[in-house]
Amino acid sequence: MTDLITPSAQLKSRKLAEKRFQWYGRGAIFASLAFLVVMVGSILYKGSGAFTTTDVAIVVDLGPEAVDPANPQDARFEKIVKDALKARFPDANKRAERRKLYGLVSNDAGFALERFVLANPDAIGTQAKVWFRASDDLDILLKGTVDRTVDESERRLSDQEIGWIDTLVADGDVKRGFNWSFFTNGDSREPELAGILSALTGSALTLLVCFLFSFPVAIMAAIYLEEFAPKNRFSDIIEVNINNLAAVPSIVFGLLGLSMLLNTFGMPRSSPLVGGLVLSLMTLPTIIIAARASLRAVPPSIREAALGMGASPVQATFHHVAPLALPGIMTGTIVGMAQALGETAPLLMIGMVAFIVDVPQSILEPATALPVQIFLWADAPERAFLEKTSAAIIVLLLFLITMNLLAIVLRRRFEKRF
Amino acid sequence: MFTKTLCVSAIALATAAAAPAFARDQIKIVGSSTVFPFSTTVAERFGKSTEFKTPVVESTGSGGGLKLFCAGVGEDTPDITNASRRIKASEVQMCADNGVTDIVEAKIGYDGIVLANSKESGQLSISLGDLFMALAKDVPGEAGETTPNPYTMWNEINPDLPAVKIEVLGPPPTSGTRDAFVELAMEGGCKAVDWVKDLKKTDKNAYKALCHTIREDGAYVEAGENDNLIVQKLQANPAAFGIFGYSFLEQNSDAVQGSMINGVAPEFELIAEGDYPVSRSLYFYVKKAHVGEVAGIEQFLAEFTSEDAWGEEGYLADKGLIPMTEAEREQGAKAITGLMNLSM
Repeated sequence: MTDLITPSAQLKSRKLAEKRFQWYGRGAIFASLAFLVVMVGSILYKGSGAFTTTDVAIVVDLGPEAVDPANPQDARFEKIVKDALKARFPDANKRAERRKLYGLVSNDAGFALERFVLANPDAIGTQAKVWFRASDDLDILLKGTVDRTVDESERRLSDQEIGWIDTLVADGDVKRGFNWSFFTNGDSREPELAGILSALTGSALTLLVCFLFSFPVAIMAAIYLEEFAPKNRFSDIIEVNINNLAAVPSIVFGLLGLSMLLNTFGMPRSSPLVGGLVLSLMTLPTIIIAARASLRAVPPSIREAALGMGASPVQATFHHVAPLALPGIMTGTIVGMAQALGETAPLLMIGMVAFIVDVPQSILEPATALPVQIFLWADAPERAFLEKTSAAIIVLLLFLITMNLLAIVLRRRFEKRF
Repeated sequence: MFTKTLCVSAIALATAAAAPAFARDQIKIVGSSTVFPFSTTVAERFGKSTEFKTPVVESTGSGGGLKLFCAGVGEDTPDITNASRRIKASEVQMCADNGVTDIVEAKIGYDGIVLANSKESGQLSISLGDLFMALAKDVPGEAGETTPNPYTMWNEINPDLPAVKIEVLGPPPTSGTRDAFVELAMEGGCKAVDWVKDLKKTDKNAYKALCHTIREDGAYVEAGENDNLIVQKLQANPAAFGIFGYSFLEQNSDAVQGSMINGVAPEFELIAEGDYPVSRSLYFYVKKAHVGEVAGIEQFLAEFTSEDAWGEEGYLADKGLIPMTEAEREQGAKAITGLMNLSM
């Protein structure tokens, strides 16, 4: 006889199994969250240094011998900076020592002084205290990335250099500040000058082209296939092909872009136009599949009601079905665009893996993209590029989050419940 | 398929609309990832100090760069290609077939390839012959036979070497550094065996197969093209050795040390003087037909060959390029700025 009050052994084990399953689920969520936290945490930790810079103040002699008031642009600014450094630390006598001394400031210092003088003509003829961007070696020493306790032979900076730096710090001639130039400069071979703007602009232009091309084409293809195309063997073949296309490795699209867009049509190499078109070939199937799925999810009653009220099939589709499917279509589009944002392989084939200093002004100018910039910096020998790499990843993630937020906002706006 | 045709027609439309605006006023450079840091440094300085636009430098690898370079003359092809080895006769032929007949060769300096390990372990001193024995797939015996590489510990090859498992992290076959390492270090060590040296004359293919093949049993680990990654792995594993370019050793001198090869340490002066056995020349090639067509090429060459750039105390030396001797530089600068044709 079974007892209804005290649970049987079988029921107990079933309940236990259910509990266990829930714990597995929680464990899985915890594990993936932990990975995410570790990954984002380590990137933030490594990249945080890139958002501050170090500047060094040096008194430069802009007297009439150094700068001609009539033609200030002809002065030898690099020499003025070097003379100023020599005057600051006269103990650098040997050639090698002097080279190290000049290395305290970024090798951009001559150009920086030129910009300063041209912007402040009043300073000509005086002894001016000018702030220069410090070199990457000095910067990472102060950030503590380099261990200064190890033997002199094992460091990049000699005891003498560290002595100079400590003197500068003690005299208050070193300041740390937010690295605005990281957001306003293009790429550079000097870590202290390198910025993300050219890559960010390149990514934005590429995605714009990708969106403008793939969104309308994909929507039209999806609506036609879902609402109008006759269901026969031919449309089945198209469907299978679209699904297959979504699984093609992206490098293949890069090769297609190389042979067709560049070689056959002669479009400009390294340009966001070509990059965007290649990426849109990659995102098209993703968007088509998502759009078709969300069109299919619109209840048939909507369609039937519209047709019943005398709407033509085109009116029923565009006035009633498509607006309801729009949130789903947009989610699919954003997923596709996010994929495109992170892609480097196809860009390699069409020349976007390149050193680009100038910020691209149009979709025809050479450009690079954020993931490519990360790849290039990760490969650079200078130690200070390590933090730049992580900082670029942070920017890429922020870009992605912004895109996703936009998608959510748009979806909220257009979502209709019924 | 329908979408594909749609794409094609849409692309054709887009091109038709965009085609006329491609007059180029910016130098285009492609080529070796080893020369990339130097080429980009010069490009950046050039862009800042002149009225010209900063050249675009692509990292495509030496072979890939020459392929693009030799594709023809015209706006769509690069003006300059970097190479971490000399152009091959077959590539000169390929260029000529596509109408690229006049090429200026510029040798810019040297790059050392180092075998390095973590500073936590002792410095290794090894001969090229022993290094070959440690990394070859098949090792030559005394009497002219070959056996699959039996060595698992360094001291099995030579009792003077440490009693540590052979574990070397290096670049994959696609890398120019690997090509140079195989040619200079492996072949250099391989030739030290007398009968192998004779084999070169009788059976060149067998010689190459023996000397150029790196073992695949796990002692040599292909660690990818990223040299920073190898440096990081060496820090984590003090028993392992890594193969990478000199500039990475210089930048990470607090963490890793270069091994002495044939008794010579990989130091700046020793590589520059040619004492260090594993060093190679770096080049770039200029398409003469583009000089004058694309603004700034001559000025770019002048900047690259100035003492400020490639000299002993130039800014390229700061980036890890090992300069040529003064005489070589003087002669080179003349030949390059004078646009002398390449002679093989």
